[in-house]
Amino acid sequence: MSLQLDIVGIEELEKIDRVIAKYKGRHGSLIPVLKESQDVVGYLPKLVQRRIAAGLNVSPSQVYGVVSFYAFFTIVPRGKHVIRVCLGTACYVRGSQQIIERIEKELGVKVGGITKDRKFSLEAVRCLGACGLAPVMTVGQDTHGMLDPGRAIEIVRSYT
Amino acid sequence: MEQLTIEGLKQIKEQTLPSMTLADGHFRLMVCAGTGCVSCGCFKVRDRLETELNERGLSDRVKVVTTGCNGFCAQGPIMVVQPQGVFYKKLTVEDIPALVQEHFINGSPVEKYLYTDLASKKKIPLMGDIPFFRHQTLRALRNRGLIDAENIHEAIARDAYAALSKVLLSMTPEEVIQEVKTSGLRGRGGAGFPTGQKWEEGRRYTSFPKYVICNGDEGDPGAFMDRSVLEADPHAVLEGMMICGYALDAHQGYIYVRAEYPLAIHRLNIAIAQARSYGLLGKNILGSGFDFDIDIYPGAGAFVCGESTALMLSLEGKRGMPRIKPPRSTEAGLWGQPTVLNNVETFANTPSVLLKGGAWFSSLGTSGSKGTKVFALTGTIENVGLIEVPMGTTLRTIVYDIGGGIPDKREFRAIQIGGPSGACLPASLLDTEVDFDSLDEAGAMMGSGGLVVMNDSTCMVDTARFFTDFSVDESCGKCTPCRIGLKVMLNILHRIIAGKGTMEDIDLLGRLGEHIKESSHCGLGKTAPNPVLSTIRYFRNEYEAHIQEKRCPALVCADLIQFRVDPDRCKMCGLCKKACPAEAVTWEKKTPAVIDSTKCIRCRSCIQACKFKAIE
Repeated sequence: MSLQLDIVGIEELEKIDRVIAKYKGRHGSLIPVLKESQDVVGYLPKLVQRRIAAGLNVSPSQVYGVVSFYAFFTIVPRGKHVIRVCLGTACYVRGSQQIIERIEKELGVKVGGITKDRKFSLEAVRCLGACGLAPVMTVGQDTHGMLDPGRAIEIVRSYT
Repeated sequence: MEQLTIEGLKQIKEQTLPSMTLADGHFRLMVCAGTGCVSCGCFKVRDRLETELNERGLSDRVKVVTTGCNGFCAQGPIMVVQPQGVFYKKLTVEDIPALVQEHFINGSPVEKYLYTDLASKKKIPLMGDIPFFRHQTLRALRNRGLIDAENIHEAIARDAYAALSKVLLSMTPEEVIQEVKTSGLRGRGGAGFPTGQKWEEGRRYTSFPKYVICNGDEGDPGAFMDRSVLEADPHAVLEGMMICGYALDAHQGYIYVRAEYPLAIHRLNIAIAQARSYGLLGKNILGSGFDFDIDIYPGAGAFVCGESTALMLSLEGKRGMPRIKPPRSTEAGLWGQPTVLNNVETFANTPSVLLKGGAWFSSLGTSGSKGTKVFALTGTIENVGLIEVPMGTTLRTIVYDIGGGIPDKREFRAIQIGGPSGACLPASLLDTEVDFDSLDEAGAMMGSGGLVVMNDSTCMVDTARFFTDFSVDESCGKCTPCRIGLKVMLNILHRIIAGKGTMEDIDLLGRLGEHIKESSHCGLGKTAPNPVLSTIRYFRNEYEAHIQEKRCPALVCADLIQFRVDPDRCKMCGLCKKACPAEAVTWEKKTPAVIDSTKCIRCRSCIQACKFKAIE
């Protein structure tokens, strides 16, 4: 990849060390540590994974195994706003695929990708559990329901 | 805070009840704050209500309460005015002043926000009279819309922890297990394993510590039952887990909740903190000598973690890949210790079983499936929402009486039950009763309770592809039949959808599906072929149309659509021209539209826009 991804500031690393210290020695602490670390950095580059492995005294391969298994973790940076379009059954039968295609086209980004200006990343998710409002997408922490492709684009554009 | 005793619990109930049962002229405004209503802006509506009531000096006799999910999500934001039960829907901030004036000063409900009956077009003011609610029987959801989900006092006033105190002070663990067995309660997570039997096994093993796990990793697309229960009545789930802990002699519980459910996690955190502060969690609960604590564990997004052994590995911080049984989890589960894992809804049902007795519980339902089941009713149906019905209710009642049928004058095509492991059932099976056994016979499964209704614009081959795609994505990759077999099935489906299938492909799909079912290790693989097998069984003609006629009857599979306007059916309205993003449609008034195939990007916008099915 052309972007230099593994730049993590000293401050962020110190925060990660505090997270590790908080969980160290507890049963089953790897996933919570990864989660909180991802909250700090925004994603989990190799550098962070290695630091966590060393800190929790597990092998880097075990850390990578967990990171790559769960959808929640990402090893590439996410945009300022993460758009998650629901592809659960209820949303799918109400046309969420067309919404994804439209956003892909408008933002020039594929599912799983990030726009060049790093403003948006687009993800498809499996059921947000808001099926009553299908089709649904979330942008950041906000849930938007009862969409059609046009409205979805309008909403996306309202995030700056 | 002080350690609560049985007396203290009763006191809280007595002190809180008067504020919930209202004197003349007093009202409680139950504003729904489930995930659906929150995203429709219910908090703004609530805040405006509070300011408005304050300004008019009404806040003494009209109280605003934030509740959990009411289930009628498509109508949000929702508010129910108690004690009468007047049901308001789709409220907006701007209309609040007028509503307050009309209802609480002038004393008459505001027509505009009342529910309109679909058939008679008449307004129905009372919640209990609305067909969507009338046909339901609430047990697991008994507190929905009635209590403030973030206030333990209101839960206690509605008998939360009453079953726990009965159990701790007057029953032996064996008696508890016997009562659960009598109730006939079966696991609500999908497989329907008898709960009492599971607890009994968990008790039999004498290796300590033991664990109780609540499975809230509700991954089925189109299902949100567990989320709603956790958001509306978290204490019922906590209490169920504690009762289970007492029966097993376990002292630690974990709730595994999807990270996608932030509100459920938030409410659980509040509930646990409140329970701890009253000593309802912790040491020497209610002075009985029994210790129990519960921690929340947010999942990290893997469908397969809903499988019990995978969930436990995930709790241990590992990749959530199901392990081979035996040993069962009741013998060697979390960290190799005896563990009982039940679904959210199962635990939510337990307190009533102990409080009212197993016989009471089993008085409802069919011979093999007792009690009620919560379903998430979604898809192309009028009344989208969350419902709870007695076991044995027919799918027809659910779709037409509760669900209000199919909107937009479309026709019913299929009902998909049981999530990606379930089946698509056709109209001829609408009289099937929902219980574990009759659904199994129909080639479906109860699953956790997702019911997705599909109308005639849904292609069954594409639907099968959709679910297979899901299962391929979510397969953990451990065993070959699931990892590779499903991928091969998916490729065949892609071939058919592209118009390159052969008739042999249908048989091949059937054979592969059966093999995968037989030879996979875990529940995901054993059930993943169900969508394909059931659509072949019930909608074979659609597969044949794709293969032999190179035609998609529902006009979904773009490769098989000609994108041609039938001039006979075209009503010359021009909607297709408006909808086309590629300017491929030429149309002028009083002439049928024409699609330029060189410009057409096959996006299907025109097909969705056309009301006369003139595009083929």
